[in-house]
Amino acid sequence: MITVSNIKKSFGKLQVLDDISFEVNKGGIVAILGPNGSGKTTFLKILLGMVIADGGKILYKEKDISKSHEYRKHIGYLPQIARFPDNLKVREVIDMIADVRNEPSNPDDLIKLFGLEPFLDKNLGNLSGGTRQKVNIVLTFMFDTPVIVLDEPTAGLDPVSLIKLKDLINKAKATGKIILITSHIMSLVEELAEEVIFLLEGSIYFKGTIGELKTRTGSEDLEHAIAAILES
Amino acid sequence: MKARFYISLLSLILGSWAMSAVRNVCRDCDYDNLAQAVQHASSGDTIVVAAGSYISNGLEVIKPLVLLGKPGAILDGDNQNYVLRILSDSVVVSGFSIINSGKSYTKDYAAVYVHGTSGVQILDNKIDNSFFGILVEKSKGAVIKGNTVSGTAKQENQAGNGVHLWHCDHMQIGDNEVFGMRDGIYLEFVNHSDVINNYAHNNVRYGLHFMFSNHDAYVDNTFESNGAGVAVMFSKWIRMEHNHFIDNWGTASYGLLLKEIYDGEVLNNLFQQNTLGIYVDGSTRVNYIGNTLRQNGWAIKVSGGCYANAFTANNFIGNSFDISYNSKMNDNTFNGNFWSDYSGYDLDKDGNGDVPYRPVKLFSYIVNRTPETIVLLRSLFVDLINFSEKVSPAFTPDELVDHSPAMKKFQ
Amino acid sequence: MIKIFKYSFSDLMRSRWSFIYLGFYLLLGFVLLFLNNDLSKGIITLMNVIVVLTPMIGTIFGVMYFYNSREFTELLLAQPVKRSVIFLGQFLGISISLTLSLIIGLGIPFLVYGLFRSGEIFNFLLLLIAGGFLTFIFVALSVCIALFNSNKIKGFGYAILMWLFFAVIYDGLVLLSMMVFADYPLDDFALLVSFLNPIDLSRIMILLKLDISALLGYTGALFQRFFGTSLGFVMSWLMLLIWTSVPVLLMVRIANKKNF
Repeated sequence: MITVSNIKKSFGKLQVLDDISFEVNKGGIVAILGPNGSGKTTFLKILLGMVIADGGKILYKEKDISKSHEYRKHIGYLPQIARFPDNLKVREVIDMIADVRNEPSNPDDLIKLFGLEPFLDKNLGNLSGGTRQKVNIVLTFMFDTPVIVLDEPTAGLDPVSLIKLKDLINKAKATGKIILITSHIMSLVEELAEEVIFLLEGSIYFKGTIGELKTRTGSEDLEHAIAAILES
Repeated sequence: MKARFYISLLSLILGSWAMSAVRNVCRDCDYDNLAQAVQHASSGDTIVVAAGSYISNGLEVIKPLVLLGKPGAILDGDNQNYVLRILSDSVVVSGFSIINSGKSYTKDYAAVYVHGTSGVQILDNKIDNSFFGILVEKSKGAVIKGNTVSGTAKQENQAGNGVHLWHCDHMQIGDNEVFGMRDGIYLEFVNHSDVINNYAHNNVRYGLHFMFSNHDAYVDNTFESNGAGVAVMFSKWIRMEHNHFIDNWGTASYGLLLKEIYDGEVLNNLFQQNTLGIYVDGSTRVNYIGNTLRQNGWAIKVSGGCYANAFTANNFIGNSFDISYNSKMNDNTFNGNFWSDYSGYDLDKDGNGDVPYRPVKLFSYIVNRTPETIVLLRSLFVDLINFSEKVSPAFTPDELVDHSPAMKKFQ
Repeated sequence: MIKIFKYSFSDLMRSRWSFIYLGFYLLLGFVLLFLNNDLSKGIITLMNVIVVLTPMIGTIFGVMYFYNSREFTELLLAQPVKRSVIFLGQFLGISISLTLSLIIGLGIPFLVYGLFRSGEIFNFLLLLIAGGFLTFIFVALSVCIALFNSNKIKGFGYAILMWLFFAVIYDGLVLLSMMVFADYPLDDFALLVSFLNPIDLSRIMILLKLDISALLGYTGALFQRFFGTSLGFVMSWLMLLIWTSVPVLLMVRIANKKNF
């Protein structure tokens, strides 16, 4: 479904991504890991067309994504920082995104799930970070997209909401969707993901299952495995 | 004025009846053309011409006769020659429609030509489609009143002047209307004459044009939409009073041009919507008092050597430029005028502003030096430099200042 | 594009800045007409204000809105919408809401003072159209500047500098070079330089229509001859169109290459 070949990106002198290639063909959860500044978010933004790659290409269903924006219909994206126009109300932003995408959406269950009803008529500028993240989650999951991209989805969430989010992700996985996720919380990754892509200094250092990573580094859990890589 | 004139005309006609014959010209009268009647008439006779069109090819009048046209009497020059040539004293030509003089580049054909006479009167005629309208040479004491001279000239070489006087003295030109000619009224070497209450409009060159003429006055005239309003050149002791100079608008147009003028008076005139209100090109000892200059491009443009001119109690209202100077030298005085751009105050309540007004803007100085910069008219940059020059003058004449600008406009 | 336009337009229409802008023009219109009670004179004064102010407001609003709506933009970028559509939609949102403020703000006072009963309606329309063009042009230019500079303060500074350049500095340079090269024929130069600055171009088009042309002397006659012909007429409007479309195209180009 998603073929990434030879993606390169630098910002000025800083080479953020250097020749990244991989493929994701079947449904499931792929975690993209790496230390701060390893290019995780940049990669996701390239996938979404928000950042333009210097070289290489990404194919979605055998089609180059730089040629058309249509493929974004198939992607739900949860950005790292929930930023919205301050003077819009929650309800308005949900309606607006539904209107702009012009696809069937089902926000009501999600609003109820995260208890956002009291906030619907509040301006986004007045909401707390956690609440905004919940709105963000609603916007991402309210469409039935075959691909879901989650950039640090847990930021600012309370434990109850975190559990609800994990449920959502697992449900999505059960329907055979491709889920790309970045996170610094390794327990979450270990719990959810089967496959890991580990970025280090702009290159793919490791790609495989979590089990393989642990074996290779001789660690008991993912957190130590990562630490072992970074320290070597 | 007018009434008295008609009374004198009437008495003149009655007088001539008493002493001399009246000869009628019409289809069935004793004379069926004017030439015949003129030939047979004796001095002092009156010839009354009935309605109808009469060919008149250079008809010479060498006796003092009164020629009266009844309404509808037309003298047609057939585009050949002069229509009437008046060569005798005291001839009266009144009430005719005079048309179609010849047109020539070598001869000054005119509808009415007057030469070497005294006391001729040209009254209430309608002159159309002629080269010159009324052309008077070397005459004295003529009265030219109530005539209408019209043409359809578009360019200067297509027409002569409406009323043209050359080497004359003590002339009276009043109540005439001239349009569509080259100059409306032209005076050259004409002294001690009055030009009163005429209306010159839509002429190709000037409404009124003085050359080498002294001790004349023009009063209560209106000059509208001419190539330029009035040009007074190389003349002395001219009084210009209560005239209206309106809408003389065009690239090189102006209301009043003074060129090499000495000892003139410009009093209580109105200059409105002229590209240039008054263009002074070399003049000395001219007083400008009580004039209103409104909505002109340049109200007054001064160039050449101008000395000892005084501008007092004039209104300057809404002109793009009030005064334009091409040099830093100034020997003229501006005092007690009303300037609509003046933004000072009058704390002592004497009716005059306490802060002097500088009527020359930096931009007008720049435009004088480099005319093309006019394209920046009304741009923010120009406003800024004008403001800075106002605060600390560096380029405009220092002494060109109205020290007691009026707070209220003069009525 | 209509959808994006709709959202940024309604967003702007709710912001108090649009009302301040509208209120300013209402006040300006009424005060001008109250002071001289003469439509044609009001229009001449208004011209001075419009050719300076609409570019300034367009510039400030363009930069401000662009930086403030970054979140909105980023939200949209992840949606299946073309980039050019996002930016064009927002551009139209700003430009049209500003132009509307201008038209309504000046239209009401002039209507109250009997615009339709006077012969000035075409001059007034010309003024509004020129103001509209200037708004579009300067919004586009300032959005370009904002796209180039991620740093808000820098972007704002450059945008103001850009306005200052077109509104003041450019004319200063023109004046200076004309005075330096006064000995050479400058008419064609004058025509050329006024074409290369949209503010000057609008100012001269309005000046000529308001019949101050005769003031411009020989140079003005040249301008009149040029702008008076249908070729000049078409050329000058075409130039304003070019002045609008080039920054817009540039804006789309930069936007298509930019990383968010």
